[in-house]
Amino acid sequence: MAKLRSRLFIIGGLVLLSVWALIPADTTQRVRDATTGRMKDTTIRRVPLNLGLDLQGGIHLALEVDQSKGPVPDPAEAIHRAERVVRTRIDEFGTTEPVVQVVGNDRLIVELAGEKDPARAKGIIQRTAFLEFRITDMKNLFRDALPEIDKTLRRAGVKTPGQAGAAANVTQLFGADTGKGKAKNKSEKTKAAAKDTTELNAPGPLASLLYQGQLPGEFLVPEEQVPVAESLLARPEVQRLIPRGIELKWGTEVASRAARTYRALYAVEDRPIITGEELEKAQAQRDPMTNQSVVNFTLSRRGGRIFERETGRHVQDYMAIILDGRVQGQPPVIKSQIGQHGQIELGAKPLQDAQDLALVLRAGALPAPLTIVEERTIGPSLGKDSINDGIRAGVVGVALVIVIMVGYYRLSGVLAVSALGLYVLFTLAGLAWFGFTLTLPGLAGLVLSVGIAVDANVLIFERIREELQHGKLVRTAVDEGFKHAMSAIIDSNVSTVLTAFILYLVGTGPVQGFAITLIIGITASMVTAVYVVRTFYMIWLARRPDMVTLSV
Amino acid sequence: MIRLFANANYDFIKWRRWAYGLTAALIVPGFALFLVHGLNYSIEFTGGTLIQVQTTTPVGTGKIRTALDAAGIRDAEIQQFGGANEYVVRARIGAGGVTAEGTTQATAAAVDSALAHGLGAAQYRIVRTEAVGPKVGRELQGKAFLAIFFSFIVTLVYLWYRFEWRFGLAAVLATLHDILTTIAFIRYLNLEVSLVVVGAVLTMIGYSLNDTIIIFDRVRENLRKFRRQNLYEILNLSINETLPRSVLTHGTTMATTLALVLLAGEVLRPFALVMTFAIFTGTFSSIYIAAPILMYIEKRWPGEDARGARTFRPAGAVAPEPRAAPVPPVPPGPPAPSRPQPTR
Repeated sequence: MAKLRSRLFIIGGLVLLSVWALIPADTTQRVRDATTGRMKDTTIRRVPLNLGLDLQGGIHLALEVDQSKGPVPDPAEAIHRAERVVRTRIDEFGTTEPVVQVVGNDRLIVELAGEKDPARAKGIIQRTAFLEFRITDMKNLFRDALPEIDKTLRRAGVKTPGQAGAAANVTQLFGADTGKGKAKNKSEKTKAAAKDTTELNAPGPLASLLYQGQLPGEFLVPEEQVPVAESLLARPEVQRLIPRGIELKWGTEVASRAARTYRALYAVEDRPIITGEELEKAQAQRDPMTNQSVVNFTLSRRGGRIFERETGRHVQDYMAIILDGRVQGQPPVIKSQIGQHGQIELGAKPLQDAQDLALVLRAGALPAPLTIVEERTIGPSLGKDSINDGIRAGVVGVALVIVIMVGYYRLSGVLAVSALGLYVLFTLAGLAWFGFTLTLPGLAGLVLSVGIAVDANVLIFERIREELQHGKLVRTAVDEGFKHAMSAIIDSNVSTVLTAFILYLVGTGPVQGFAITLIIGITASMVTAVYVVRTFYMIWLARRPDMVTLSV
Repeated sequence: MIRLFANANYDFIKWRRWAYGLTAALIVPGFALFLVHGLNYSIEFTGGTLIQVQTTTPVGTGKIRTALDAAGIRDAEIQQFGGANEYVVRARIGAGGVTAEGTTQATAAAVDSALAHGLGAAQYRIVRTEAVGPKVGRELQGKAFLAIFFSFIVTLVYLWYRFEWRFGLAAVLATLHDILTTIAFIRYLNLEVSLVVVGAVLTMIGYSLNDTIIIFDRVRENLRKFRRQNLYEILNLSINETLPRSVLTHGTTMATTLALVLLAGEVLRPFALVMTFAIFTGTFSSIYIAAPILMYIEKRWPGEDARGARTFRPAGAVAPEPRAAPVPPVPPGPPAPSRPQPTR
């Protein structure tokens, strides 16, 4: 009895685990904001089962470095630069779960679920990368213009966001409160900035969203307010009031402070001091003397002259590194005049950060021309049709299996079929748990494996029948049946898993999806057909100890 | 209680020469066709462009052909696909002078504009585009063969370890037979060989092996149990004993693949057809190919079972004792001289 209880306990645990894996969970997705057309993070609840492009529609692109116009010295490095560039542009695609991935040595895979316009997506990906260095707003021109901007916004009827419709004085109180807290927070970091923030925090629609960052021209915007800030900044009357010679650029990085996340917004000069064209080399290193992560870069001779002049004029200023319109990392300070060779110090940050930055610089310096070697576009309607057809075929297939099993094995067949229900649950949970994607061939594999999954039960039931025929008692026949069927079940399943595993190793995309579904399916069928059905039999026999004939 | 083939007692092995003839009659012409014409590879393998179009009204392939011809796109294959208003246009690399990387993209765009002229922009919708460069296609071909080759090696090694090398060899040869018949089948129906179909062939390898192993497992067991039976009888006995299981399992699996053939849509149909055939050929080869080949191998290289279970006996060398087992040995009754001489 204790054995039976522990078996039930394990099965119950597995079921709970599977249900838990399939419960709709909050997932963060980047979605296009309907009103502004920009990307924002939202959390939605959905079943955590990823559907492949062939099921939800979308674009799959495989790109390689274009070598037709002359050999590229290091294609592997070039493809990593390209990956970096495509990643910075990811928001422009407007898809919820974009995939950007280097495969093998020289191939970049981009998958855009739900994207409908292949020409546009290809344009975004193949556009040449543009790198520029710009000085940040050292004179705080933008910050000084903020009160004026807010006044205009208020006149236009824009309320401080988050409390639209609330009484004005309440808004003020609330705004001032959080502002004070913020100011205190900041004062611990820099005294100079603290004085500025008090003015800044006079609650205006825009200013209340922007918190002064650590350096001039840097502002932090709470992640959830980014879309609001973007839409405010996009207004024509605000655009008009942004000081001449200043542009606003969003940063790529997200900073966490006190349980909230912030995105950086930079006010930078509209004129780059130098562009990627002049950059020749960039290399990440760990400085052996100071043990700091650094990036060394070399400019062309012409670039060196320009850079020397510009940096001489801007000593102690901050220089934003902008790739494709996005500020990469925190702008470093220019410590002294720099000529052809420069160094960016990243302090105690890991070497990985330095390598990333070096990759950004090289990506801007040597834009890798990409050629599309493979494209698949699947319309969303076709994907929906595929799902419907697949499910219909699955339902009919499973129904046939149920009819055959119950018709032939009767009560034992019912046990096998109920185990089959668990089998489907376990398989789907396995796919969700390991984050695998369900593709159309995968769906076919799932349907097929339902047919194969009963094989183990068929083997066992036939064995039990044989044992009963030999005149064994019900209980002994069941025991012997399971025991003797095991070697066949294990050998046949292991060899199938081995084939599927090779399929996974050698195959690509859709075939891999199929192989994964098959492997998970076989594993789940071993558990359900052997362990679960055995437990069912144990319960059955325990309840009817005097059973003479078995319904098998 | 329904019982199918309970206590069946057929002499399967006797029919092996008929089976060889039947399978040769299937494979040889199919393979000859395959050698002459090759297979109908999808653009994933050849490289090229595929465009699936959905029109608002069923326009017929002729009208699409006219539209493409007018735009100078010749040699493209046009096919109705699924419903009456869905068509697939295929332009393979090599046909129509499309050769360089990247031009497959241009072809897709050209087809689109040709349709816009010929049918009117609002009359159709492109629901699927695939454009594969020649390099990717070549890589995929190599990978498919690699996958089949490695799965053979791994199976051979696993069966060697679990059974004995003779079993492993027989199983792999039977699987090889299945691959040949499946290629012939694909050739006869002129199915398009896509990645998914290759996946089906690989699944078939797993499935067929699975089936062979079930029978071999019984052979292994019976070899230990009935030490004085010869292999011919033990093979027949084992096949008969596993017959109800074979019928049931293949019945359920066939039910699911047939459901896929009929209901799962055009994209999966080649996959489902190949799987349905695979179940048939896998079952056939487990009985009529794997078992006789095992007997043949055993006759050529008789030897000690690696597991130490028993020594193989040359067929017919020792008269079997009448057994007390409820399932009688096959063929039943008369002693050695009257029994058909199993191998030649």
